[in-house]
Amino acid sequence: MAKKKTDEVNFAPRGIGDEKDGAVQKGVDLPAPTKKKHKSLGLSEDDLKAMYEQMYLQRRFEERAMQQYQKGKFGGFLHLYIGQEAISTGTVFALNDDDDIITAYRDHGWGLCRGITPDEGMAELFGKKTGCSKGKGGSMHFAKTENHFWGGYGIVGGHIPIGGGLAFANKYNQNGRISATFFGDGAVDQGAFHETFNIANLWGLPAIFAVENNGYSMGTAARRHTVKEIVDRAKAYGMKSKVVNGMDVFSVYEAMKEVSEEVRDSSEPYFLEIRTYRYRGHSMSDPQKYRTKEELEEYQKNDPIERLKTYLKDEKILKDKEIEEIEEKVEQEVLDAVEFADNSDFPDESALYDDMFAEDEPYFHN
Amino acid sequence: MAELQFREAIREAIDEEMAREEKVFIMGEEVAEYNGAYKATEGLLDKYGYKRVIDTPISELGFSGIGVGAAMNGLRPIVEFMTFNFAVLAADQIINHASKAGYMTGGQISMPIVFRGPNASAGQLGATHSVAYDSMYAHFPGLKVIYTSEPDDAKGLLKSAIRDDNPVIFMESEQMYGMKGEVSEEEDYIIPIGKGKVKREGSDVTIVAHGKMYHVAKQAAAQLEKDGVDVEIIDPRTVKPLDLPLIVESIKKTNRCVVVDEAHPFAGFAAEIGFLIQREAFDYLDAPVQRVTLPDVNAPFAKNLFDAWLPDAKNVIEAVNQVTYRN
Ligand SMILES: Cc1ncc(C[n+]2csc(CCOP(=O)(O)OP(=O)(O)O)c2C)c(N)n1
Ligand SMILES: [Mg+2]
Repeated sequence: MAKKKTDEVNFAPRGIGDEKDGAVQKGVDLPAPTKKKHKSLGLSEDDLKAMYEQMYLQRRFEERAMQQYQKGKFGGFLHLYIGQEAISTGTVFALNDDDDIITAYRDHGWGLCRGITPDEGMAELFGKKTGCSKGKGGSMHFAKTENHFWGGYGIVGGHIPIGGGLAFANKYNQNGRISATFFGDGAVDQGAFHETFNIANLWGLPAIFAVENNGYSMGTAARRHTVKEIVDRAKAYGMKSKVVNGMDVFSVYEAMKEVSEEVRDSSEPYFLEIRTYRYRGHSMSDPQKYRTKEELEEYQKNDPIERLKTYLKDEKILKDKEIEEIEEKVEQEVLDAVEFADNSDFPDESALYDDMFAEDEPYFHN
Repeated sequence: MAELQFREAIREAIDEEMAREEKVFIMGEEVAEYNGAYKATEGLLDKYGYKRVIDTPISELGFSGIGVGAAMNGLRPIVEFMTFNFAVLAADQIINHASKAGYMTGGQISMPIVFRGPNASAGQLGATHSVAYDSMYAHFPGLKVIYTSEPDDAKGLLKSAIRDDNPVIFMESEQMYGMKGEVSEEEDYIIPIGKGKVKREGSDVTIVAHGKMYHVAKQAAAQLEKDGVDVEIIDPRTVKPLDLPLIVESIKKTNRCVVVDEAHPFAGFAAEIGFLIQREAFDYLDAPVQRVTLPDVNAPFAKNLFDAWLPDAKNVIEAVNQVTYRN
């Protein structure tokens, strides 16, 4: 029999079932980072320097971008990746350069890591013809397909099946490549996620699916928009899975190295829940009333860039001065990028009609 | 009259209808705790609680379908989309189910549901966030489609939509939420669905424009006035059912017409109005009907391209010049 009328009916989100003292927990629980040192992970000292430079570049690029946005140099959405840089960096260093990567709209870090130059990236934000997508896409649609970075996509969950499709083509062509698809915690609630997981295992697609669980989907804590642990979604589809500390570049690297090898060998999909935290608002107009400053500061204690810096110093790989040199170099690159973007031209008016169809002179209805 | 922002007019309509009818509830992404992505539902959670103001996951297909089922089973859902650009994911529920269930069950099912949210572009948000969907929904039998331009219309028509026993698509614009306008303080202020409005009287040319494009038409009319061209603006407010008699009546007076529409040209609102005018008012026309629409191209990001892409007052003036043979 259906329940009788009570005053208590409500559709408040149930959370994940681990409410403490009645409050739904926010943020994410970070698993312990790997204990391995760089040598046992197979990383050279040069690799570490490159990783540091890359993460620092992603951070400074976005901090400068934010300034330019606030100055009114460009419009549209601006979703910052700040705090999550270890995920792009650890992944790109672990995968082969011709493995295919696709992500959502929080895509600047991914683009930079996969070879979009700061100039091309900043110019894209400014909507200039010299941008990586010729100014046609803006912040949400960085792409560099020649480097197997298939771009950022703005419809939540829309690119998850596409990541499966990249893997399908790789399997079809027997080229030994795999795909890696990244998306936010909000996207695991979309049907596209579930349909793709089923198909991916049904057809044995060589694909890594990775949720960058930063604790929030816009203003909604992950634990308020989805039931149970996200990683456990994999079980229902018979997929292997793992939780990874996304604030530690070594942990991401280690997991990605292992998983990519397994996926490549077995042609079976794999699901990773990479836990992380976004420091800034969802986009530029977010007052962030849904979280406390203390919570943010708690995660900032695990800052991925500071963490690597400390390691580099503790292990005597780099001296303070050498770190400063890297930082100054990056700083200059980013400032140059701002200048480059500012001085670049907007696309020609005729570019409005470019890239719509494969033909040189396609039909446009009028 | 009270001066309200567009978002306040929307909120009042929802609030009044929720107070009036227990079966009305609202759900959507960020509508409750966050008070609405665009603050259209601010304060409603506090007032009505978690039973009737419900946050959804990003699951447009799922929650729209839950709305459809709840409507079939006696409730009156308001389903909010963060924009109709995301309602594309819910198209199956709106198009295959909400619009058809009543018909295919021989009238056994009624479907009192409102799908609402902003439509079309909102600045440089790129190709996937900038599409006007009103004509597309109007294409399908079984749906009513409203795309309002001013707070007063929004309030009166949203109340009607919530009371309507059919699926109604109710559209707004991110760029209009902060816009202020006089709103009737009449108690229980209702505007019937299907009634357009002459928003500016004139004798030389009729401009038909709705939603955000109404404001573009208004700008053009103000400039044209300085050149001695007296523009009449008709805002149909409801796309379907369309207030064709109002448009025809105006053309009988002005003998010229320009349709302004923030959609692509093929088979859109402007195309439909153009056809209807030639059928119903052919003998009254002194010039072919012209339309101002988006080009047959996706939305670009770059500022200069976006500005060229979006219809503006200049485009409208050019079209008016054409139908009045002023160039
Ligand atoms: C289909 C769809 N629905 C809603 C939105 C609006 N939206 C953009 S981002 C976002 C939150 C997504 O959060 P998450 O997936 O956790 O990614 P994060 O922003 O944290 O990187 C929402 C609701 C959208 N872009 N697409
Ligand atoms: Mg998130």
